[in-house]
Amino acid sequence: MSVLLIAEHNNKELKPFTLNAVTAASQIDQDLHIIVIGHNAGEVAKSASSIPLVKKVIHVDSPIYENFLAENFTPVIVQNSENYSHVVCSANTFGKNLMPRVAALLDTSQISDIIKVISSDTFLRPIYAGNAFATVKSNDSKKCVTIRPTSFDQAESSGGSAEIITSDSKDEYSASKFIKKEEVKSDRPELGTARIVISGGRGMQSGDNFKLITAVADKLNAAIGASRAAVDAGYITNDHQVGQTGKVVVPDLYIAVGISGAIQHLAGMKESKVIVAINKDGEAPIFSVADYGLEADLFEALPQFLEELNKLNTIQK
Amino acid sequence: MKILVAVKRVIDYNVQIRVKDDGTGVVTDNVKMSTNPPDDNAIEEAVKIKESGKAKEIVAITIGEEKAQETVRKALAVGADRGIHVKTEGVIEPLAVSKILQKIVDKEKPDLVFMGKQAIDDDCNQTGQMLAALLNWPQATFASNINVKDKSLEVTREIDEGLETIEVNIPAIITCDLRLNEPRYASLPNIMKAKKKPLDQLTASDLGIDTKPRIEQIKVEEPPKRKAGIKVSSVAELVQKLKNEAKVI
Repeated sequence: MSVLLIAEHNNKELKPFTLNAVTAASQIDQDLHIIVIGHNAGEVAKSASSIPLVKKVIHVDSPIYENFLAENFTPVIVQNSENYSHVVCSANTFGKNLMPRVAALLDTSQISDIIKVISSDTFLRPIYAGNAFATVKSNDSKKCVTIRPTSFDQAESSGGSAEIITSDSKDEYSASKFIKKEEVKSDRPELGTARIVISGGRGMQSGDNFKLITAVADKLNAAIGASRAAVDAGYITNDHQVGQTGKVVVPDLYIAVGISGAIQHLAGMKESKVIVAINKDGEAPIFSVADYGLEADLFEALPQFLEELNKLNTIQK
Repeated sequence: MKILVAVKRVIDYNVQIRVKDDGTGVVTDNVKMSTNPPDDNAIEEAVKIKESGKAKEIVAITIGEEKAQETVRKALAVGADRGIHVKTEGVIEPLAVSKILQKIVDKEKPDLVFMGKQAIDDDCNQTGQMLAALLNWPQATFASNINVKDKSLEVTREIDEGLETIEVNIPAIITCDLRLNEPRYASLPNIMKAKKKPLDQLTASDLGIDTKPRIEQIKVEEPPKRKAGIKVSSVAELVQKLKNEAKVI
């Protein structure tokens, strides 16, 4: 057995979630190789080779891989997957878009979004927005698995010196073309990996009111999240969405403000270590998962919250 | 242009699901079922494209047990022209679904195939990408905006970092995000009319597809329950608890 992990990166550096995926992949089998597909991504291959759990790095470099189109990535992964029992990747939008295209060509029934490795062929995964957990066993000879990164710790990233080999690129897929990416840049911690997340929902009433959330987030060095309702209403951009079809977050502290707690939202945050809910509706379902519930008007509670935090003045960045 | 839209019947998104005591799955008897929410967005988008004059025909397809037909009837009621129901029993994995859809695409020769980005029951998020692979067609997943051009589509995709725009040549597969549009409701007269629209029925074996699952479901269980929390009476108490009890700030 051996595992091929598809690295997620931006041609300059590995995305942190690749390290979470390394941990899961190494639990499937110790013979773990990483494939880095990109354009001028030599530095990425190097950093992959320094992950101690990685035994070998396959580096494929070509201008056609600059923008990570699944149509271009798939043939080169299929070709390189020949000697592996497992092909794995993070279950974020990169892996969700890519892996099924690979799996179909390998005639493999993919297992999506695992949260635990039980054995090399058996995994635990959430279904129904995390309202049930299914233990599933793959009977395919080659297994394609995507990994929920927040369910695994990050692997050590330095100290290793795996061999880097290069592999040939394939022909460009001509019927799909990358146009542009609008990345939201922020000095804040990333939503997926932040230690503290504060999220606003429909109760915020406007995008402008999110400045109350921002002020607290600044103080706590927290990432800002949102419910689908808040994103749909245009209060905040989609990259902030927490939930079944948005991001899954597992921070030490999750503060839900003006969020009622629809099943779809709970799916994205209920594994957080400590949950705080601030809502003026005492019957809101969010209180059923909250460790600390405060039934209050958020427009009064948030400024008070900031004031109390300022009094503490011990927040560590 | 012809658009094929795939829809799936799932437990309604508002239902709090219950795990069966014997661990074989979740309770579906006497539970409200409806169309998978992003599949409604897929139908809506197809209808909008037809209304703009850029498509001539919309075919709605579902795969599943007898009652799955309801989702096709609903699609017909909001504007699809005819329906296909591929009857199957038991669990059908996305790989088998995509193989069935491939056969239907070979027969129907649509220019575009639309479906939701993910079904809210198994949360697999695979079928559209798999179908695109089998057909070697372009894929535009998680679409939140679609601009139909002459021989291509410009699609905005929702990705973790923000938004990405790609151009895919027709024919193509599009998987739809919930923010793509606001699905309309079917009016009563249209629901009545939909009953008269043609709906073909066939089986997976008619198409020569083996739908036997490759993945064994060993057990389904409730996720671990969170310990019941407490209500605090003031912001000051909340901050004090977070600092001294939970020790997270």
